[in-house]
Amino acid sequence: MKQNSVVSLKDINFKYSNEVILNNISLDIYDKEFITLLGPSGCGKTTTLRIIAGFETPQSGEVYFEGEKVNDVPPHKRSVNTVFQKYALFPHLNVYDNVAFGLKLKKMPKSEIEKAVKQMLAVVDLKGYEKRPVRSLSGGQQQRVAIARALVCDPKVVLLDEPLGALDLKLRKDMQIELKQLQQKTQKTFVYVTHDQEEALTMSDRVCVMNNGVIAQVGTPEDIYNEPANAFVADFIGEANIINGIMLEDCKVRLLGVDLDCVDNGFEKNQPVDVVIRPEDVEVTAPDQAKLNGVVEDVIFKGVHFEISVKCNNCLWLIHSTVAQKVGDTIGMRIDPYNIHIMEKMFLNPTNDIITDVYYSDKENNTTTILLEGVEVTIPDAYFEEGKKIKIVLPPEALYIAGDGVGHLDEVYIESVIWKGEHNEIILESDERKWIMQSDIDEQVATYVPLCFDFGKAEISEV
Amino acid sequence: MKSKRPAIPYLGWMLVFTIVPLLMVIYFAFTDERGQFSLEPFKNASVYSEVFLYSLGIALISTVICLVLAYPLAYSVSRCSQRAQSTIIMLLMVPMWMNFLLRIYAWVLILQNYGPLDMILNLFGVDVTLIGNSGAVIVGMVYEFLPFMILPIHAVMTKIEPSLIEAAQDLGCNGFHVFTKVIFPLSVPGVISGVTMVFVPTASTFLVAQYLGGTQFMIGDVIERVFQSDHNTGSAIAVVLMIVILGFLVVMNRFGDKEAVAG
Repeated sequence: MKQNSVVSLKDINFKYSNEVILNNISLDIYDKEFITLLGPSGCGKTTTLRIIAGFETPQSGEVYFEGEKVNDVPPHKRSVNTVFQKYALFPHLNVYDNVAFGLKLKKMPKSEIEKAVKQMLAVVDLKGYEKRPVRSLSGGQQQRVAIARALVCDPKVVLLDEPLGALDLKLRKDMQIELKQLQQKTQKTFVYVTHDQEEALTMSDRVCVMNNGVIAQVGTPEDIYNEPANAFVADFIGEANIINGIMLEDCKVRLLGVDLDCVDNGFEKNQPVDVVIRPEDVEVTAPDQAKLNGVVEDVIFKGVHFEISVKCNNCLWLIHSTVAQKVGDTIGMRIDPYNIHIMEKMFLNPTNDIITDVYYSDKENNTTTILLEGVEVTIPDAYFEEGKKIKIVLPPEALYIAGDGVGHLDEVYIESVIWKGEHNEIILESDERKWIMQSDIDEQVATYVPLCFDFGKAEISEV
Repeated sequence: MKSKRPAIPYLGWMLVFTIVPLLMVIYFAFTDERGQFSLEPFKNASVYSEVFLYSLGIALISTVICLVLAYPLAYSVSRCSQRAQSTIIMLLMVPMWMNFLLRIYAWVLILQNYGPLDMILNLFGVDVTLIGNSGAVIVGMVYEFLPFMILPIHAVMTKIEPSLIEAAQDLGCNGFHVFTKVIFPLSVPGVISGVTMVFVPTASTFLVAQYLGGTQFMIGDVIERVFQSDHNTGSAIAVVLMIVILGFLVVMNRFGDKEAVAG
């Protein structure tokens, strides 16, 4: 179905003091839809919102509003209104004057303003609060004032920047439903920013999952959940078992040494892939009735289901089942072919190959030094002549984060951390390239760490 | 419950160094030299009503000039980077490291006849007396008390959240409206404390006029002079000045309550 787009972003690039925040983002936002920009902190979702609002100007790319380019239009001339993260209500004005703020600027007649404000306050359930100072209101009430203040201006698009972030869980759940109803009632386009995947799934018509300045996937909540585009989306949305596999041929994948049928094709023969299986899609059977077997390690009752941890070939699986299992029992795990989601690896250089010239070498100490992103890195127990070209193959387990803070490469950015059943698979980004690392530690995404190489685990050869 | 005990040393201090002297001044103001109740001191004090009004006028003009100079400065400083802000604020404070009297002497040197400013003006054929008039007093006052206007306004401005300015823009404010509808109303508390902190000392200060004002003294100077020979009249003038200042503070506080309070 082709819909009218209200806001279009085309190839947006945004840098903040040399740090890439948005990397070539394109997104169409349709009329009257509720779209959520979802992602971990630092993924660029708020910046995207601020570009639509006009608070930031992208270095390149175009912002269109109903087909018209608005890159240079200042915020106060755009037909969008924002609900800010911490409400940003004017402390010197009461509830009425806060809500009426935008209308007064539009030079609307007083009687009309009064009517519109009264009506809007009724919509957000704040009838009779007109004269209250905003600081006497609770968080939820302030939130409603902020929403009323934005909606009363009758904008085409309402931008909401984590508006429920400061509220407690119960209130947040109520407000989620209220906001969705409000959007349907007012028939406006809502662009909603959150890092809460459940919130995104509950409220949105479409979800745009972002990571590290790029859009990972755009789709309906069902699409995003059932057909995640890559391991990051699968990991971020809901719970998932993400396991390394090898695509043997079309519709056949090898997983933990077992060949399983699936429904995906179009991959190369023997291509390494990520396999995503939702915990509720694993069916517990007798051991002889399934190809995959595992030992129950832990069972937790979660109300609706049991959360069962199963160890299978060193790999920890998470299973949701309505039937309890006994810890220590061996069970079979059957997965229907259409519930096995195959996705391309997010990272295509699984061995972190480095091809470089020898910078200098020391025969006496048996070391070779290379220049890596401008930093001298000395490889012990390896001698190659100066000027020779060498290839260093660094498997993911040869990388580690320096505990003492001094790494071969300082300030390496953690782009994603995905639990792969046995260990975390961490994708890092240095100045010039990306790295893939294995770690048992849960590192914090979007932070900078010192990266070290264990050349003892590397293979080095002349090329 | 909060314990009131820690306040005791301060209460003692206030009693000894504020309340008691105040009561003494009031006592002197209402007695004659033999220690009998009398309104004579106030009658004597009324001679100086002209100086009194003159002082309030100077204080008013100095305060207005300070406000006009300080407000845009505080506003632009508050929009600088954190580092620039601390540097500028420190530079504003540097003259205050010097003794008050020395700063006034410096102005005497600058403004005196055949002083540097006078010479430069003479070069351009302008022949005016720069010292010994109200203008020189106002210059001295503004120089003395400008930091007391800048600091509170700056403090309030830095507390205005950037998101409020963005919210205003978002709701349709251009730069001018952002200022009139958000920044200015939110900075009013700073303006009020700045005005108070400048007006009160300028109205009551002494020495500035003695050095820069020629024969035209201010009420502070009068109190100093009179007090040396006649405690009672001196105290009476001081009491009148205190009442006027108290009245001013009450008015400013009312004004402050009516306006919104930022942050």
